[in-house]
Amino acid sequence: MMRVAAPVIAVVLTLAVGSALFAALGYDPLATLHAFFVAPLSSVNGLSEWLLKASPLILIACGLAVGFRANVWNIGAEGQLIAGAIAACGVGLFYPNPESPMLLALMVLAGALAGMAWAAIPAFLRARMNTNEILVTLMLTYVATLLLSWLVHGPWRDPAGFNYPQTALLPAAAMFEPFDYAYRLNPSIFLTVVAVFLMWLFADRSFMGYKMSVSGAAPLAARYAGFRESSAVWIGLLAGGAAAGIAGMAEVAGPLGQLSPQISPGYGFAAIIVAFLGRLNAFGIVLGGLLMSLLFLGGEAIQMNLGLPSALTRIFQGILLFFLLATDFFIFYRLRRLPEHA
Amino acid sequence: MDLFVAIFAGTVIAATPLIFAALGELVVEKSGVLNLGVEGMMLMGAAFAFWAVIAGLPMPVAILAGGLAGAAASLLFGVLALTFLTNQYAAGLALAIFGSGVSAFLGRNFGSAPIDALKRIQVPVLSDIPVIGPMVFRFDPMVYFAIACFLVITWFLYRTKAGLILRTVGESPETAHAIGFPVIRIRYLAVLFGGLMAGLGGAYLSVAYTPLWVENMTAGKGWIALALVVFATWRPLRVLLGAWLFGGMTILQLQGQALGIAVPSELLSALPYLATIAVLVIISQNRQMLAQHFPASLAKPFRPAS
Repeated sequence: MMRVAAPVIAVVLTLAVGSALFAALGYDPLATLHAFFVAPLSSVNGLSEWLLKASPLILIACGLAVGFRANVWNIGAEGQLIAGAIAACGVGLFYPNPESPMLLALMVLAGALAGMAWAAIPAFLRARMNTNEILVTLMLTYVATLLLSWLVHGPWRDPAGFNYPQTALLPAAAMFEPFDYAYRLNPSIFLTVVAVFLMWLFADRSFMGYKMSVSGAAPLAARYAGFRESSAVWIGLLAGGAAAGIAGMAEVAGPLGQLSPQISPGYGFAAIIVAFLGRLNAFGIVLGGLLMSLLFLGGEAIQMNLGLPSALTRIFQGILLFFLLATDFFIFYRLRRLPEHA
Repeated sequence: MDLFVAIFAGTVIAATPLIFAALGELVVEKSGVLNLGVEGMMLMGAAFAFWAVIAGLPMPVAILAGGLAGAAASLLFGVLALTFLTNQYAAGLALAIFGSGVSAFLGRNFGSAPIDALKRIQVPVLSDIPVIGPMVFRFDPMVYFAIACFLVITWFLYRTKAGLILRTVGESPETAHAIGFPVIRIRYLAVLFGGLMAGLGGAYLSVAYTPLWVENMTAGKGWIALALVVFATWRPLRVLLGAWLFGGMTILQLQGQALGIAVPSELLSALPYLATIAVLVIISQNRQMLAQHFPASLAKPFRPAS
């Protein structure tokens, strides 16, 4: 019961702090909350954007949760997303037949493989070289950002792009066709739906998923039962890498259409919070992703309409995670009054 | 010779923010707590110190404001990790995200104009010695303060009773608690000290090292500081040496870009991150050395049994 209630309480508390923050900044809290959380969803375009942004968050969070369950801390999904986007865009731009009907499928494959390759580095280093995966995944995120920057400023820069640091636009066959050209939502959300299903199947219905949960909850018991820690490390990191890589592919083949130095508003980091919001299970992650997407949308909306900085989104993300962790305390521990000492 | 002097002096300066942040985190980890939020605390320190300078406060007050901002941020982590016994990885991450958000929010009105950087000291007479003068006696006061912090922290950890208690708390909180030491209070103090130092490191970045405001200006230095503590196998002298090594890498990389070496600047910029990975891998091979000074209860929540 409390397992479900805790995230709800955390959201309510975040909203309360948010209102106080808006009031302190001299804005009417109710009107601002409305502009942040309600107005963005009151149009078809708003709903389309909501799902469009929720999709990568849910996809990545599903992949990350597989690792988190086994205490494998991949916090570099942002880098794996960039690696996936680079590889997918490379295939889309340079595949010999730009009208091939196979192009999109190849790009999904390239994105997944590149994300996995980027995550395989920390997996190898943790499994074989005993190196902390938190720091390695994070360092590789900075490296991926620089790699992307080099590509769009150098070899992959669009020669007809007026010197802007960006690649040429992808050919039509390399893009997801939107459901309706008035909006940006496209069939890439089905990739996310599949990922959610696979995550549920793996985590809740497979023996390997069970073994990984045991390694996370009780490492000594897992070792005693003969579960190998290194396979949990490999699977955990590769799942996150594949999901993030595909998310990167869906961004570049969807709303972006090309690479530029900044391709993600921090989906890879926000997905970590989504995974926790969803209590590391598939259904919860969907709800968490929808909420987090709303935070991104609302941040953009108040920036455009009220001139408030979009950095508020990150502040809300932090506060939400703080409250979520704090409410966990009341799930795992019961407070009781100690008998008075004489 | 001039180039060598310039590289040496640049190294010492570039290492200073890392020395502050990594020494602070060292004390936190020695008490058995892992705060991954260093990047967030540094950004808070950088933003508040910069803000204080723009507001016209004197430089020492501004730097102190940065330190206090870092400490205040660390308190959020402390409440979660120590009172609410949450997973310390997650609490630290939350702090990293929160700190970057708050600093970006504050920084929206800072503009892009540089401020007057912290003044360098010219030690009378000594700073005129050729070669040695510019290499040792012409830094701003924070550089010397960072070294002083290193000396005091080393003395504190290994030569005082309080330091011994702190390390006991990090090795075996149960034992410390049984003897009667207030484990949670000691850990709170360590976390606050870590926040103060990270804040000072951030403040140094924004008011001395690159005295203008850029969003997310720490660019991973908080995470590198965390890596340095592992690299140093939890020993203060190695933290100092590690920080200089990284400072040197940063400066060589910048010199390389300035000289127009025929490699993409992005590759040079990636070097410190790749080097961090490389040193982590190398140090992780020696499990014995890692285990020797590793605080045995690191990142494990502790609740005093009543």
